[in-house]
Amino acid sequence: MRKILSLIFALMLVFSVSSCRYQRLSEGEEEEEQILTVSDPSYYEKFKGKGISINVYNWGEYISDGSDGLLDVNTEFENLTGIEVNYSTYATNEELYAKLKGGGAEYDIIIPSDYMIARMIKEGMLQKLNLENIPNFANIMPKFRGNLYDPHDEYSVPYTWGTVGIIYDNTAIEIPEDGIDWDILWDEQYKDSILMFDNPRDSFAIASLLLGHSINTESFKELKEAAEKLKEQKSLVQSYVMDEIFDKMGAGEAVLAPYYAGDAVTLMDEYEHLGFAVPKSGTNLFIDGMCIPASSSQKEAAEAYINFMCEPDIAYATTSYIGYSTPNSAAFEMLDDEVKNDGISYLSDEYIEEKTTIFNNLSDEANLEMQRLWTDMKSTEESGTNKWIVHIFLLACVALSIGILIRRYIKNKKDIF
Amino acid sequence: MKKISKIYMSLLLMFLYVPIFVLIVFSFNTTKSRTVFEGFTFDWYIRLFQNELILSSLWNTLLISISAATISTILGTAAAIGINNMKKLPKAVVMNINNFPIINPEIVTGVSLMLLFVFFAARMNFNFGFVTLLIAHITFDVPYVILNVMPKFRQMNPNLYEAAQDLGCNPFKAFFKVVLPEIMPGIVSGFLMAFTFSLDDFIISYFTSGATSQTLPITIYSMTRRKVSPEINALSTIIFLVVVIVLIVKNILENRSKEERV
Amino acid sequence: MKKTLISSPYLVWMVVFIVVPLAMVAYFAFTDPAGNFTLDYISEVGQYTNIFVRSIWLAAIATVICLVIAYPVAYILSTMDKRHQGTMLMIVMLPMWMNFLLRTYAWMTLLGNNGIINTVLGYVGLGPYKMLNTQGAVVLGMVYNYLPYMILPLYSVMVKIDKSLYEAARDLGCNGKGILLKVVLPLSLPGVMSGITMVFVPAISTFIISRMLGGGSNLLIGDLIEMQFLGNSYNPNLGAGISLVLMVIVLLIMTIMNQFDAGDDDKVLM
Repeated sequence: MRKILSLIFALMLVFSVSSCRYQRLSEGEEEEEQILTVSDPSYYEKFKGKGISINVYNWGEYISDGSDGLLDVNTEFENLTGIEVNYSTYATNEELYAKLKGGGAEYDIIIPSDYMIARMIKEGMLQKLNLENIPNFANIMPKFRGNLYDPHDEYSVPYTWGTVGIIYDNTAIEIPEDGIDWDILWDEQYKDSILMFDNPRDSFAIASLLLGHSINTESFKELKEAAEKLKEQKSLVQSYVMDEIFDKMGAGEAVLAPYYAGDAVTLMDEYEHLGFAVPKSGTNLFIDGMCIPASSSQKEAAEAYINFMCEPDIAYATTSYIGYSTPNSAAFEMLDDEVKNDGISYLSDEYIEEKTTIFNNLSDEANLEMQRLWTDMKSTEESGTNKWIVHIFLLACVALSIGILIRRYIKNKKDIF
Repeated sequence: MKKISKIYMSLLLMFLYVPIFVLIVFSFNTTKSRTVFEGFTFDWYIRLFQNELILSSLWNTLLISISAATISTILGTAAAIGINNMKKLPKAVVMNINNFPIINPEIVTGVSLMLLFVFFAARMNFNFGFVTLLIAHITFDVPYVILNVMPKFRQMNPNLYEAAQDLGCNPFKAFFKVVLPEIMPGIVSGFLMAFTFSLDDFIISYFTSGATSQTLPITIYSMTRRKVSPEINALSTIIFLVVVIVLIVKNILENRSKEERV
Repeated sequence: MKKTLISSPYLVWMVVFIVVPLAMVAYFAFTDPAGNFTLDYISEVGQYTNIFVRSIWLAAIATVICLVIAYPVAYILSTMDKRHQGTMLMIVMLPMWMNFLLRTYAWMTLLGNNGIINTVLGYVGLGPYKMLNTQGAVVLGMVYNYLPYMILPLYSVMVKIDKSLYEAARDLGCNGKGILLKVVLPLSLPGVMSGITMVFVPAISTFIISRMLGGGSNLLIGDLIEMQFLGNSYNPNLGAGISLVLMVIVLLIMTIMNQFDAGDDDKVLM
């Protein structure tokens, strides 16, 4: 027994030593701690001692958590207001929608993207905000007010915005001078090294852009073509991911992945071998807004949270930590010029004007069709199988069990006599 | 022959333990790399113990497992007594329904409970959270308790209970003095089984949890879907150590009680 | 009569939280969101035949591999010196006590293109091989996670076999192979059957293993159900339909399997 254990142990040692490259411990650079000042402390005081708690449902990796010397947003909010924050995360707009639509879970703050906000407004899933309780709305840049998805700013306050581009491994991919386009994600050369969005809307948008359709197409024919395009890509794709992209790209598991610009900034900060390119044929521009679901019973506390998120210091911590672009003018002013002109988070106005499109909410029929095509795409295998196999299999099972029951019955009868 | 079986067992143990040891080794890594070991540190453990989300979900998990296991043990033992005294047909029917959560795929149980809770949440104005989780856990725990307690009745001499009553015990006293000690081992193992199943459950909790009361497996799941930090390895190491210690203690206790009997 | 009354709280509980929820699954499967009767969703399940076939296929492979690996293990364990048996069994079972998400996650780090296995192979000048995000990885994950479920029932059956049977068989002229085929195998059959169901049922309905190790392109039934309820294509009616079909498949398989270890009257009919 002991022998076996020591054998395993020895193997483990060999294992870890063989993959162990000795390096000096890198001392964390001392950064200056950010200190919070809020515009109107008395506004937040009134919640103290009431034992309120709110449930915040946000994207993964979408808030400053106190590392890099930046503010820990939720803790600061708790300290300032005495409101407890229950924080949980989702990975896609569709997941958020399902969780909310399924009912049961009560959230007070959610942060869906443009098209999902429009859909939720349409389906009566959001509450109207009282902007008087959100004085910091004044910090939102005028160009991010009155967006198409919420024309009168009644339901949402922009949190961040950004574009979709392609993260690539610059040791494996050479970017031609005139830039790259979406077709690189269909390049056989990178088979099994391509990651793809694990949500229907973003994936269909890429296929549509490649096909020259609008990303807001509702034509069943065009959706079908996009689905075919995605099916074509399937054999090249290593895996369908959302935030797993951080690990997979960082560890060099894959060399190409479409993703949000903000996360690309975060990744490039950490890994030198990664680059980001905005496709030349255009892309999707998204705005994520903070909303309060209709089921929330803590509206005022939720509004305080939204207001808090629009505090210049907090918005600055957010945008610096997650890398997404801020619609908050005060926070934008605080950024280094280097960041403001990096060509990733903040693209030129011309490019935005000419090449980017914001998602609209699609009609129910188009949404349903897209979902159906998406599931179909994800479930296909290269070889087609007969549609009736399951039914035949079930019938065979039923027949078999009936047979067994009859045999047993006869046997029991025999036993009696 | 002996040699072959030794080699076979060592290969098996390697297969079983290599992944876990790799997790443990990389919990001491200075960088976030999962393939290259670059230096030794306890940082991730310190971070882990500062991570409020993990600590609160650990607390939730313990709270839910203990309450669910306790309630199911009481509910299940009572049920087992009743079922044991049933006639053949109702007994068969009840036992078949009771076994449903065990044989049914977990995901179907989770989905079915979710649909039920959604239906009532909309009408009775409550939210997914601690209560729904607790109900779901009790629902899949009780069948295990019953399956552990029932055989003890079969092993017991049915005349004991009557003899106690003949000797002047009232039914309650007879139950607590005679029956309960006889079925106690079943109750204990039922409780432990229910507790461990609750502790480890992910799928059913995933479908029945709400905005609050996240359990540890749910937190782990959301951690694996984000930027992964070696905190998760540190957590694995701690869980592994706790399991090892618990099992060793259990083994020692069992051996000791065996020796005492001898 | 009074005694059966004591089980009534649980009987009520059982009806409310086991029977009614399953009835709701059936109700959702046969209605549209407006509540009208429809067979659309059940027939739509037919479109996902390939997923059902793939799930059954992968789960069956995993079950067979588990059986092949576990059978000798259980035999070795059961014939071991009694003193070490308990300890050894504990050591074999210990990994099962780790959270299964963590165990699956461990394989992710091992199997990646730049994972540890490929790194080690690289030193020898081999690879890298694509291991993660394949069906093979999914099967491996199933085998790793559910192997103890196969070992345990096999062991508990084999340990009960009277060892003097082996000697008797030997005296009657059986060699090692004969003992295995004529004594151990028939007597361990009930263990094999319950092991098969204990591995097959969770394997066919998993969604974590396929998501973490299969890269999201090897969908299984579990993924499909999860997608309809909490994932990217919200459609609870279709999800209920798929769940219903899955449940029927599993129950049928269980019924067939249970025919093989009939005899124990107290065993439940299902």
